Amino acid sequence: MDFATLIEILGSTVRLSTPLLLACLAGLYSEKSGVFDIGLEGKMLMAAMVSGAVAFVTGSVWLGLLAGIAGSMALAALHGLASITFRGNQLISGVAINFLAAGLTVLVAEDLFGQGGRTPPVSFGAGRFAPIILPFADQIRPVPVIGPIYADLLSGHSILVYVAFAAVPATSWLLFRTRFGLRLRGVGENPAAVDTAGISVVRLRYTAVAITGLLCGLAGAYMAIGLSAGFGRDMTAGRGYIALAALIFAKWRPWYCMWACLLFGGLEAIANRYQNIDIGAFTVPVQLTANLPYILTIIILAGFVGRAIPPRAGGEPYVKER
Amino acid sequence: MALTGLAGRHSDAAPADVPPAIELRGISKAFGPVQANRNISIRVGKGTIHGIIGENGAGKSTLMSILYGFYRADAGEILINGRPTSIPNSQAAIRAGIGMVFQHFKLVHNFSVVENVILGAEDGALLRPSVDRARRLLAELARDYELDVDPDALIEDLSVGHQQRVEILKALYRHADILILDEPTGVLTPDEADHLFRILANLRDQGKTIILITHKLREIMEITENVSVMRRGEMVATVRTAETSPEQLAELMVGRKVLLHVPKGPASPGRTVLEIEDLRVRDDDGVERLKGISLQIRAGEILGIAGVAGNGQSELLEVLGGIARGTGSVKLNGVPLDLAGRNADGRSRRRAGIAHVPEDRQNLGLIMDFTAWENMAFGYQDDPAYQKNRWLMDNEALRKDAMGKIERFDVRPADCWLPAKSFSGGNQQKIVVAREIERNPDLLLVGQPTRGVDIGAIEFIHRRIVALRDAGKAVLLVSVELDEIMSLADRIAVMFDGRIMGERLPDQTDERELGLLMAGVEATAGKAA
Amino acid sequence: MQRMPAWADAFLVPLISLVIAFLISGIVVRAIGQDPVEAMRIMVQGGFGSAYAWGYTLYYATNFLFTGLAVSVAFHASQFNIGGEGQATLGGLGVALVLLYIPWPHWTIALVAAMIGAAAFGAFWAAIPAWLQARRGSHIVITTIMFNFIAGGLLNYLLVNWMKPAGSMDPSTARFGEAVRLPTFYDLPLVGQYFTKSTPANITFFIALLACFLVWLLLWRTRLGYEIRAFGKSEKAAIYAGISPFRIIMLAMLISGALAGLMAINGTMGGQKRLILNAVEGAGFIGIAVALMGRNHPFGVLLAAILFGFLYQGGAELSLAMNIPSQLVTVIQALVILFTGALDNMVRAPLERAFAAGRRGGAPQGQGGP
Repeated sequence: MDFATLIEILGSTVRLSTPLLLACLAGLYSEKSGVFDIGLEGKMLMAAMVSGAVAFVTGSVWLGLLAGIAGSMALAALHGLASITFRGNQLISGVAINFLAAGLTVLVAEDLFGQGGRTPPVSFGAGRFAPIILPFADQIRPVPVIGPIYADLLSGHSILVYVAFAAVPATSWLLFRTRFGLRLRGVGENPAAVDTAGISVVRLRYTAVAITGLLCGLAGAYMAIGLSAGFGRDMTAGRGYIALAALIFAKWRPWYCMWACLLFGGLEAIANRYQNIDIGAFTVPVQLTANLPYILTIIILAGFVGRAIPPRAGGEPYVKER
Repeated sequence: MALTGLAGRHSDAAPADVPPAIELRGISKAFGPVQANRNISIRVGKGTIHGIIGENGAGKSTLMSILYGFYRADAGEILINGRPTSIPNSQAAIRAGIGMVFQHFKLVHNFSVVENVILGAEDGALLRPSVDRARRLLAELARDYELDVDPDALIEDLSVGHQQRVEILKALYRHADILILDEPTGVLTPDEADHLFRILANLRDQGKTIILITHKLREIMEITENVSVMRRGEMVATVRTAETSPEQLAELMVGRKVLLHVPKGPASPGRTVLEIEDLRVRDDDGVERLKGISLQIRAGEILGIAGVAGNGQSELLEVLGGIARGTGSVKLNGVPLDLAGRNADGRSRRRAGIAHVPEDRQNLGLIMDFTAWENMAFGYQDDPAYQKNRWLMDNEALRKDAMGKIERFDVRPADCWLPAKSFSGGNQQKIVVAREIERNPDLLLVGQPTRGVDIGAIEFIHRRIVALRDAGKAVLLVSVELDEIMSLADRIAVMFDGRIMGERLPDQTDERELGLLMAGVEATAGKAA
Repeated sequence: MQRMPAWADAFLVPLISLVIAFLISGIVVRAIGQDPVEAMRIMVQGGFGSAYAWGYTLYYATNFLFTGLAVSVAFHASQFNIGGEGQATLGGLGVALVLLYIPWPHWTIALVAAMIGAAAFGAFWAAIPAWLQARRGSHIVITTIMFNFIAGGLLNYLLVNWMKPAGSMDPSTARFGEAVRLPTFYDLPLVGQYFTKSTPANITFFIALLACFLVWLLLWRTRLGYEIRAFGKSEKAAIYAGISPFRIIMLAMLISGALAGLMAINGTMGGQKRLILNAVEGAGFIGIAVALMGRNHPFGVLLAAILFGFLYQGGAELSLAMNIPSQLVTVIQALVILFTGALDNMVRAPLERAFAAGRRGGAPQGQGGP
């Protein structure tokens, strides 16, 4: 494998990691506040369809993005209603939201465009996020090593890629350096402590779930009008679950989330480029590469390599005790 | 700072002499059909320690939760420093200068002390300034009140006593002038409790008002100026501590002469049934909770284990009942029990002839959603009498069996189809006791048999336990109620810090001596036979 | 507080949830410019209106019966088994291995062997998450989700690399022999005359009914069932009673996985007659809706499975007759899960209040409460 191929695969890794990272951070906010969310997939899918549709109709990426976020946040609100207000089972709510999105997206897209549940293609400048060329990219490209890294790996992605990676330090700062973060982490570990301190558990959790909706919206919109040129049936293809796996793999820590998503994105990039990988006499089938995120997560969950401990109050609706 | 502005005040002030910091007028609160508080009025003098005493379920905690904005009263008025104050939520309570130390601490286990202290009372959107200020303040408070605790330690690494200090620090950080402590010593060692009382006295001397909720008479007598007694949701009396006695308070609490006397003849102990040798148990965190217990119980004898809750009694019951694992040697009728292997479980224990009335009947002894007849077989579901054939259970037999027990133990309502959760505490306990005693076990383990049980059921349950003894069975009774131990046990062992401090005979000792043993003070008197 | 009567809890709550789900679906249909009443008529006609319709409805219902029972059994042990999809996938693999490589003389023996294969493979796929939960505390919801994906990958690998006939492009096995063809409703005496030769509903339906009865027997008439339910209500109490959590989690999940695996008898052996890549088609997930709707009771699961069989078949007809994609069924399924599962309290609370008010109104004349 030569250097150019390596850069190409790494560039692809960055692009493929982006939706994972956005969804993974989305899950981080919700779960840190004590609300389990296995509905990341559904929210991404909804955002992808809505943003694809609106971007095509209006020709504006920004309107598409906003609409996608709105679609995702509507489902997030539903999850909040079920798991915070009505103290329902958060896992069941997540499952329901995934199916709701899987059904509604096709139903609506088919009704609007009649193209078998797709949205019509959008192009750069008319509904699709154009790549951003960093300053002097072309001038620096000829420089050995640094040039290709700058011009082809760091430069040339859509704005949402940069947003996703900027969201990592931002999240870390928000969680560990601000009042909001302290309360958010507190409510996920012991809501009674937050409640007796005179802070509304319900409001905190809704805020967290709304942020989850926002970030899932970005992830979905990136899928439809950044990475691809339009929405396609079931286009998230399990990325919401891989993001969930990454969140566990990262043990609910922002920077680790980034590394986990880069790893999983990298596996996808490799699986896309090579079918079966030959290592001497041994052949790694593409199915193994594609499923490695799940297998790795199970190994982590089994606690054979360090223990992944979720927020203590996660999954439990908060009820004041006597 | 409110802390330094107030002059020290002396403790011999009576309710009439000082303006009340808190006054409650006609507070009532019902949970569905249960009237938890009924028309309660009370005045708490500023700068005093005011005790509120009552049995479990008397409504003390509900009243304090109303004061802290956790519940809204159905009727009544709250006055803080003479002004009528509405307390719709905890935020309002904090604003009114009320701080609460709950029985179960409200701390975030993986936060540092300083993070817990500022949580909810941060100075601004960023943490750094709050943390710096809190750190300075914590140092000050540590100096002023003996409230020292490492501000950077994680809560989960702290002892229970230190965790409680963090709760007090939280309240003081929020400028609380009125501090409510709910059963604060239940989880403390005597040393820690002494330290706590020193802190409370310091706070009082600095002008803070303190409400101490407890069911322990000794604490009331030791530290309070005034005491209010609650019974079944009502406030029955408020008196000056100096003018009352533990006997009078106990009578007020229970509503009649205490000293439940259980009619029982002298014991006629037979052969040794249970022989415990150097029994040790570690909890999930690896902390040793039983530190080498040796005991013997003979047939026809009730051995009472006295002690402050949390000194290893629960672990003793659990390891004998097959719930917890341990090391050492335990022999039942001369046959060793498996303490840590494949047969260290409840099933094997029952088969060996041990029945167990657990301390926590709602979470351990019963499946609250199961019907009474299903619960009457709980733990004995593999009894051949309950099987129709190799594959199926005989539900008819279960129901018949249950109806018999319901009748003999006077469980009300006498309906075996009702789920356990529909019965009152006393009747739930009767279900458990009936199930275990009617197995006619060689050894009966009983934990807190009358906790949350009404008087009528208490006497009934006590009589059944004595009857089992008279039938020549061994009984191990664990209770934190010294009265219960004194009146029921034939022999008393006192536990402290995972060890047996000594054994006494009930008619050769008194509450004072037992109290010393429970506090971990080595006795000088000789050991009872 | 007094609860509402048992019958209301068992029937009224799910029924109201279902009505809400249908109403919202109707609004969705209206929103995409179609007539909900007409859509409903076509669905009922397509799902229940003819023997042909029943043939499909009961075929789908058979799948959902197995997966619904699978989820229910696990639920009773307080384990949320989302892995029905993967377990059924593996069950299909078990069926294919049994039927492809052994020449069976008659379908009856083949059926028994295939059932063992399906149940064993399904149970095996549930056993790993179960063991991880019981011994290592790994959250079973997450592990079973992961195992769904891994099952898909595994089957894909096996079909593409090992099991598809040489020269075939299609990732599926060869057809099973004619000798192991299961009798369909067309082959049955008495009712056979109403069905056509291509009817997919087959005798597996009766095996599913038997499974329903056996699950009921297991849960409410055996020691194991007693212990599963006790453990599901309170793990601490179960330990006090000498019930081993490890044993219960393992057994409940093994039974659950075996039931999910058995779905492949209907689909792979009875329906497709070969192993294809996506044989399960979401039936594992529909099992969640079926179990919730059926209140985890085998009889309720039966009713709910038939309902979903109808929705599936009716939805397919709908997509042919009107311009409504069959994803409408997915939406209805989602809404049923939402209202009977996650928003249960929302449906229940007003109903409980209504019953309480009714009781108070009648109290002066009636006897006092117990």
